[in-house]
Amino acid sequence: MSPGEVVRLAPPVAAAPPAAPAAEEPPVDFAAYVKPAGPDGWKLHLMAEGVHCGGCVRRIERALASEPDVVEARVNLTTRRLVLGWTGPAARANTLVGRASALGYRFVPYDPEALGQADAAVERELLRAMAVAGFAAGNIMLLSISVWAGLVQDMGPATRSLFYWFSALIALPAIAYSIRPFARSAWTALRARTTNMDVPITVGVLVATAMSLFEVATGGRHAYFDSAVTLLFFLLLGRYLDRRARGRARSAAQRLVALGAQAATVLEPDGSRRVLPAKELLPGMTLLVAPGERIAVDGVVKAGASELDMSLVTGESLPVKIGAGERVFAGTVNLAAALRVEAAAVGEGTLLAEIVRLLEAAEQRRSRYVAIADRVARGYTPAVHLAALATFLGWFFLMGAPWQAALLVAVSVLIVTCPCALGLAVPAVQVVASGRLMRRGILLKSPTALERLAEIDTVVFDKTGTLTLGRPELMDREAIDPAALTEAASLAANSRHPLARALVCASPPVSVAAGVAETPGEGLALATPAGEIRLGSRRWCGVADGGEGEGPELWLARPGRALVAFRFADRLRPDAAETVAALRARGLGVALLSGDRRATVARLAGELGIEDWRAEASPKEKAERLAALMGQGRRVLMVGDGLNDAPALAAAFVSASPASAADIARTAADALFQGERLAPLLDLVGVAARAKRLLRQNFALALGYNLVAVPLAMLGFVTPLVAAVAMSGSSLLVTGNALRLGLGRQPR
Amino acid sequence: MSILVYLIPIALGLGLLGLVAFLWALKSGQFEDLDGAAERILHDEEEEPVARPPRP
Repeated sequence: MSPGEVVRLAPPVAAAPPAAPAAEEPPVDFAAYVKPAGPDGWKLHLMAEGVHCGGCVRRIERALASEPDVVEARVNLTTRRLVLGWTGPAARANTLVGRASALGYRFVPYDPEALGQADAAVERELLRAMAVAGFAAGNIMLLSISVWAGLVQDMGPATRSLFYWFSALIALPAIAYSIRPFARSAWTALRARTTNMDVPITVGVLVATAMSLFEVATGGRHAYFDSAVTLLFFLLLGRYLDRRARGRARSAAQRLVALGAQAATVLEPDGSRRVLPAKELLPGMTLLVAPGERIAVDGVVKAGASELDMSLVTGESLPVKIGAGERVFAGTVNLAAALRVEAAAVGEGTLLAEIVRLLEAAEQRRSRYVAIADRVARGYTPAVHLAALATFLGWFFLMGAPWQAALLVAVSVLIVTCPCALGLAVPAVQVVASGRLMRRGILLKSPTALERLAEIDTVVFDKTGTLTLGRPELMDREAIDPAALTEAASLAANSRHPLARALVCASPPVSVAAGVAETPGEGLALATPAGEIRLGSRRWCGVADGGEGEGPELWLARPGRALVAFRFADRLRPDAAETVAALRARGLGVALLSGDRRATVARLAGELGIEDWRAEASPKEKAERLAALMGQGRRVLMVGDGLNDAPALAAAFVSASPASAADIARTAADALFQGERLAPLLDLVGVAARAKRLLRQNFALALGYNLVAVPLAMLGFVTPLVAAVAMSGSSLLVTGNALRLGLGRQPR
Repeated sequence: MSILVYLIPIALGLGLLGLVAFLWALKSGQFEDLDGAAERILHDEEEEPVARPPRP
């Protein structure tokens, strides 16, 4: 394809009346994301927003298949993704996606290679290992039951030996295959001179298998193949479910992240245009940034004057005026007029790189948190192995037993100590808790997020986009003359300026006025026979500057009529005050940390009754403030949404972001919550506290069981039958206890 | 009891067949879209050619 030919089509959604201007996004050039597939063929991977039933799938696939050059159009309803293949020019991407978007869905391109392929591979490996272990466990159990029945009936040693050999035949390859996930993790832990739950699991299974093989070869009575394989099966089951629950949360998070993916239009020295993905941009290139587009690089404005939405970088909710020669930052959105931006040095010098550096430093500090399962394993592993050793030595020296018999008893100790219940204790609770949170629109990204959430004592909020909705809304709507509002909205519908969009949002549906001219940074004008109607800043409408910086406002000047003022404010989330109060009632400290102006922050803190607030904090200061709080021994939950919050999110003990946050903030946060309300935070903290209680109970159950079973095993009372029953019993007990979290009342 | 020598391998073989079938299904992507597969069965395939409009 020749990228110069790219035809930029306005997305068909934009042709609809601007009923929901807030949902508009900068146009995406899909042709920049296509990948070649075979001769003369192209493929495009898209995430589909708004697909939720078979009907949607069918509509999209039909619409695309009716295009003559489409060879593949398949929507995956589970992952909400669309694979689109066609022949002919790559630039057809825009037309094709346009057809599908015209049905009312939103599509976002993504790079399948960059997106969680490693996670999917691990999940598949676990599933395969689980299938093999499950097959082996079922068949060995059939044989074992015959043997156990044979113990009380008249099964001869020859038949038993035959059954054991069959068991060995199934067990050995199955164990060799299915133990790999555990063995790998155990080996990594041992090499790092620590231990985790996988160490006793691996040792237990391997020793039991080796001992059973020895028993079978020497014609012994006790083989533990069934226990070893069932143990692996249960553990793989728990691990797979845990992984999948988090994988689903992650894929939802990725879907959100990919919404930020952008291409940039590069202006070549010869005047031609080329569309490149952001990562292929080089310093010195000149970019053309259309109104509504997100700027992809840090750079300097060469030509043009416009207003920028800097909220992602500074948390500032008001647009900032920008002109030639001024610096602009990646992630900001051009609001008013086209800009030519020269990309500055990409890499270490950029603001984004600085934030990423802060982020990485903060994440390194936090990775020192040790999951509760590993803390338990640290004490548990040596204890179990010492008990087994003591058993062997006791039987061998004190009781004078032959070494085979002593070893057999020692192995039965290893098996019956049941890393199974302990290994399931955490995944079982995690699965139930994350499933429950997911139903409430909360995604847990980090495996230890729940444990850390249960320990917090302070909640630090960002302001813009977190406590507030992050977009201006019209105030005192009732006091405004409806005719003036409609007239202003019909002008405003021509602009992408946030205040204009807020005005359109607040008015009843209006027809879009034709012939409106926009002066960037000033306002809109419409020439009518009676004179010019103007909508815009005070100066634009000729209002004497009163000097009082009340906040964002628009003025409407009509010939021969009184001036009308529209004032806007970034409204609080509907339940911000309740949530803050409820968090306080839980005994948590609440603080506010914002990059916004002092006056705005002070007023908001007063409204919410937050005493501990700081304004005008840079990203670095935010991270430092978090570090200082942590230094005082506070365990902080940071809630923030902006690029400027990302280092603070990573520095906090645990962090959460609204799903509408900047992608880097969503990456840094441990949990994401969806919707306009803050109440999910309460759910998050509440479920975490209950999950922690259940975790403790589970460990107590598992350890209590061990206190009974281990002495019995050390005394040599545990046969393979007893071991199998005890193990399954304890696993069921632990899993059942975890399920109580799902049964509990659902607070609304 | 010597019949066991045949029966057990046969039983195992059948089980193994099931395992292989599962692993094949996994590999060939049958578990990629569980929700979609359930809905697709309701689509009428034969309408497809009719719905195709002439080339623009």
